[in-house]
Amino acid sequence: MISVPVSLVVVVPMCASLLIAVLGLTKYRCHWHISIVATFVSFIASLALLYNTLQIGRISYWLGGWEPPWGIEYVIDYYSGFVLVAITLVSLLTTVYAATYVKREVGESRDLSFAILNMLMVTGLHGIIVTGDLFNLYIFLEITSIAAYSLIGAGKKKGALVASFNYLILGTIGAIFVLIGVAYLYMITGTLNMADLRAILPVHYDSKVVFAAFAFITVGLAIKFALFPLHTWLLSAHSLAPAVVCSVLAASILKVTAYALIRVMFTVFEAGFTLEVIPATEILLVMSIIAIIVGGILTAAQTNLKRMLACSSLGQMGYIVLGVAIADQMAMTGSILHLLNHSLMKGGLFLIAGAIIHKVRIYDIADMKGVGRKMPLTMAAFTIIGLSMVGVPLTVGFVSKWHIAVGALKAGMWYIIPVIVASSLLTAFYFGRVIRNAYFASEGSDQGSSSKAHDHAHNQHGDRNSESRSEAPPGMVIPILIFAGLCIILGTAAFIPVSIAEKAAIMLLEGT
Amino acid sequence: MELIIAKHYYWIVIILVLIGLYAMMTSTNLVKKVIGLNIFQTAVFLLLIVISTKEGGTLPILIPYEYLHLFPDPVPYVNPLPHVMILTAIVVGVSITAVALALVIRINIAYGTIDEDEIARIEQDS
Repeated sequence: MISVPVSLVVVVPMCASLLIAVLGLTKYRCHWHISIVATFVSFIASLALLYNTLQIGRISYWLGGWEPPWGIEYVIDYYSGFVLVAITLVSLLTTVYAATYVKREVGESRDLSFAILNMLMVTGLHGIIVTGDLFNLYIFLEITSIAAYSLIGAGKKKGALVASFNYLILGTIGAIFVLIGVAYLYMITGTLNMADLRAILPVHYDSKVVFAAFAFITVGLAIKFALFPLHTWLLSAHSLAPAVVCSVLAASILKVTAYALIRVMFTVFEAGFTLEVIPATEILLVMSIIAIIVGGILTAAQTNLKRMLACSSLGQMGYIVLGVAIADQMAMTGSILHLLNHSLMKGGLFLIAGAIIHKVRIYDIADMKGVGRKMPLTMAAFTIIGLSMVGVPLTVGFVSKWHIAVGALKAGMWYIIPVIVASSLLTAFYFGRVIRNAYFASEGSDQGSSSKAHDHAHNQHGDRNSESRSEAPPGMVIPILIFAGLCIILGTAAFIPVSIAEKAAIMLLEGT
Repeated sequence: MELIIAKHYYWIVIILVLIGLYAMMTSTNLVKKVIGLNIFQTAVFLLLIVISTKEGGTLPILIPYEYLHLFPDPVPYVNPLPHVMILTAIVVGVSITAVALALVIRINIAYGTIDEDEIARIEQDS
């Protein structure tokens, strides 16, 4: 038991952003140092909090000493503790990466404001996870999004501005839907505290107001994490933003909103309501299967590397929702694991895309010939994470897919298995294309899709004249390698995340 | 008819929400979209304010003893919590409007227009 206040993970980044802004007025600038220290403190605090939770169970922190349900409550349980560690880790690594990346790619003049917004975004992300108050959830959701809209606009192409604007419109509609849902719940119960709502709501489970509230919150959050028919904003926003922002968008923001949805579905409402009273899981099941299949096909059609990575988030978010919709304990475990695993994979992949663009200015997959020789460390990391995305054993991707698949079988939904296999094959196809281009296609050949014999003929030629190695600076390569390393470590020593995720799944489904 | 008159405040909220959504969906002018967004947001804020009111309700403060006889017992208070929530939500709304308008200005500089269709045409040409 280590004495750590829960508020630390929110207050430290928030104060850091203010401190950066104030120090920015003086000549004395150390914004990235402050950012890295703040995210590091949050990460260590989240580890301590997870440790505490595993020892003593649910931790409740009363903000300002006001007792819930009147005051705002921060909650750490198995579920939020687990996700918090994942998100703080991503925040730390992306901030380290940004410290080198932003100056070179976004521009010296925007360096300072980027750091401020980055810290605000991190504040919101951590806040969504720890809060135990529905209205507070909405506020943190909007803090995160406002920072994200501005950061997307920092992209180099002017299309980023339009992408950001479209994301802003849809994201705000989603957030307001959440607010309408919160208003309905407040109307019928007179409370906003999640634990209190859970205690009061069962009396009203047949009320239409509660149904409407559930529908509004679900749809609002689904817009935010781009569940299939609501995904239109995602592609351009996630591909035109600066790479480090893409990384946070895909690895943290999508995850955190999916986290919030699961939180509302299973801790504000009881599992019995979500699974039996309304057909929410059936609808989500169909939507997630469509998301996985269509996401895979759309991704395979992309030619731009960042756009391909953005597109594959679609299917991966489908997996998370799929595990929830199956509603078996094993599948739920898989879903919670996938929150962590996809953060590691997609966070790493976008950072790699950023490093490749920074070093060799390659945007299209077809142009990636010889990158494997120029940037061996980066491409090795890409290969590891790519294998993990496919779901090869000993990587994290395998662990979560396995849990979801076994959970589906346990629940008697055999038709899920071909969906997972088909999507894995599609993933193997589109990552295989990148890896083949990077390693095995020579720079001489003009088309990525040229025949193997043609490639082979040119290979020897390519080997001779592409000796020069040019990796990205260490500040960018190290976070990438940590992401790739964790994909292997947590995939091999899978019992650590699995045991915690299992406890979280039991807590969510059985309500203890 | 009775439903409309007795609950007219809810109908106003519903109409405003629909006006906001309609403006966002149909207009191609980005500034008009932002205005629609604002109407949409404000309508939901009104919904929360409406549910907090009470007929004959008074300020949620502790009333001094000498004035207490002026009020019925128990004193009907207006619920202050939704007001506080909406104050926060208004701040959020203003920030979103600010970011949106800033983006529109940048879009205007980059494309020379704020019409969605024209932007799409310019994007396709390039």
